[in-house]
Amino acid sequence: MPRPPEGVSVGEFATALRKLEAAVGEQWVFKSDEDVALYRDAYSPERDEPTERLASAAVAPISVEQVQQVVRIANEHKIPLYPISTGKNLGYGGSAPILSGSVVVDLKRMNRILSVDAGRCQAVVEPGVSYFDLYRHIEERNLEVWIDTPDPGWGSVVGNALDHGVGYTYGQYRDHFGSHCGMEVVLPNGELMRTGMAALANDASWADYKYGFGPYVAGLFGQANFGIVTKMGFWLLPRPEAYRRGTVSVPKRRDIVKLVEHVNYLENLGLIGMPGFRSPLGFAQAREPELRALVAKPGGPSDEELDRFAESKGLQSWSVELQFYGPEKTIAGSWDYVQKRIGASIPGARFEEGAVYRFPLTAQQQAEVQRVHRLVDIGIPNMSIFAIAGGRTPQNPDSADGGQFYFAPMIPRTGEAILEANRVLGQAYRDAGLPYNQYFSAPACWHYRAFIMITSLPVSRLDPEINRRSRAAFQAIAKVAAEHGWGEYRSPPFGVDLVAGAYSFNDHALRRFCETLKDAVDPNGIIAAGRGGIWPRHLRGSRA
Amino acid sequence: MKTIFGLMTSVGLAVCASPSLAQAQDRSTQLDQGKQVYEYWCLPCHGTGLGLPGFAELPGTQQLRIKYRDTAISPLLAERTDLVPEFVKVIVRQGVSFMPQFRKTEISDAELEALAAYLARNNAAR
Repeated sequence: MPRPPEGVSVGEFATALRKLEAAVGEQWVFKSDEDVALYRDAYSPERDEPTERLASAAVAPISVEQVQQVVRIANEHKIPLYPISTGKNLGYGGSAPILSGSVVVDLKRMNRILSVDAGRCQAVVEPGVSYFDLYRHIEERNLEVWIDTPDPGWGSVVGNALDHGVGYTYGQYRDHFGSHCGMEVVLPNGELMRTGMAALANDASWADYKYGFGPYVAGLFGQANFGIVTKMGFWLLPRPEAYRRGTVSVPKRRDIVKLVEHVNYLENLGLIGMPGFRSPLGFAQAREPELRALVAKPGGPSDEELDRFAESKGLQSWSVELQFYGPEKTIAGSWDYVQKRIGASIPGARFEEGAVYRFPLTAQQQAEVQRVHRLVDIGIPNMSIFAIAGGRTPQNPDSADGGQFYFAPMIPRTGEAILEANRVLGQAYRDAGLPYNQYFSAPACWHYRAFIMITSLPVSRLDPEINRRSRAAFQAIAKVAAEHGWGEYRSPPFGVDLVAGAYSFNDHALRRFCETLKDAVDPNGIIAAGRGGIWPRHLRGSRA
Repeated sequence: MKTIFGLMTSVGLAVCASPSLAQAQDRSTQLDQGKQVYEYWCLPCHGTGLGLPGFAELPGTQQLRIKYRDTAISPLLAERTDLVPEFVKVIVRQGVSFMPQFRKTEISDAELEALAAYLARNNAAR
């Protein structure tokens, strides 16, 4: 018999579990220590500490009707639930709840692809469908559409969107919540609701039009706890005729300001997919002791000193990889336009032709893609990103440890903001005793109207001190970021209150509004306590 | 083709009366199922092929190549000759390094038995 959630008696919990077993089948209620341990967050930075977030049990419904029954039983017995889709949100909580003692509602078995309409470029799926599943479904039928996939392909299409996850192609698709259209939700009272056009009694346009009529409430179900999402529609890309990549590099440190302006212009016009900013100068640190000395000197290097060094070595300060999707001649023209536009604006800009593909790829081409760039750039899910998730390296071949979580603040989409974030976050990391690629860190551009200055912090299965250090650094750096107006777009479970607390305009009016809604729609506080920093009334005193 | 298939099926049904052949068929079915589980869940990290740009191999293969760098053990799980089912089951259910554990909604106990049998199939010492 598992330990019951706080405030629930052993007898009450046992009764609830029996009812759950009757609802979903005995084999789909997990309550032995061994089975419940499978729901631990594999990348928890609180592993084996008293604060590690642990489930009390798990239940795995296979249908929306079963989800409704689970929610009704939980309401009756005041059992906290924590829904997961595929449970692969590693770095942001994995398959574990935020509130220890919650019963995880594991939706992995709800894995139906309900429709893919290539003509209308849309799909409707259940939460257990992974990016791999949807990709294979499309490939097997030779449908001329693409998905936009995040790095690990085993994640849930629904779950990733609900955590505001991201991908790599055009902005309107790589914002995965933004590219959803219509959802079905089991509300905290067990009632079933649909949003957008799916709310029509006889919907004909589930994934065609987001807003339906009246308020757009779908946003309440992302990074929040107002219901359990059981279906979502998504917009898909039409398979483009061709893909082209080109890299632009600029010589001086402050050239990043103009470079970002140009790239923003290109992206806002819809000419490019996700840009990839880098610092070739930063990559040179490993082989250039003179540069390392410059960076380490008290007060750091000036822009002019870095420029002089770069010039002496023939290096460029910044680069950006640009991705073009569309008719072959059109994207060749776009690349030509980029060279003329930026070449006329930034002295010393260089342009490097990248790979060009026509679709569909041959098997040989697909096998070779990653010699030059990532498969995710062309909508092919894979698992290669785990190469940088820790583990053994040639330098540290005996490490049996690995995993990480993320600090991911949003900053303005300007070159000035990059330079400022490097300065401020570099100091904050130094104060926290952790390394940071100061002067040369470039943003991620997943959410296309802002930059994400994401960094990973290590976690350990074996050494709690590593975890304590990473948590302390996150807490310190997030505070510094908030002081500069930079809030995080996602958070590991231990950080949700800190992150949500930074969105504090007018005495936390946003949080108070969400809590008012929470009290109204989930008075027993059974759904995903703490998610998005929103707690039910009876748990607000425990907010970190 | 239909006739040949029908004949083969008849023969198959007839010889199922033999316990050893029935067991062999069960084993074959289990290995087929194990291969499917392997290909769905394990291959994307533990197969052949390129990793991220700059990485010659997929992450799981890369990790095992480093781990077994001074041995004759293959970095490819499907080619291992030293695996025993119990070890496979522990790794799948507990995870290791950056590989998380797998829940029973992902790989059921029966599927794990099949996977373990498949990955241990080349171990002559068993």
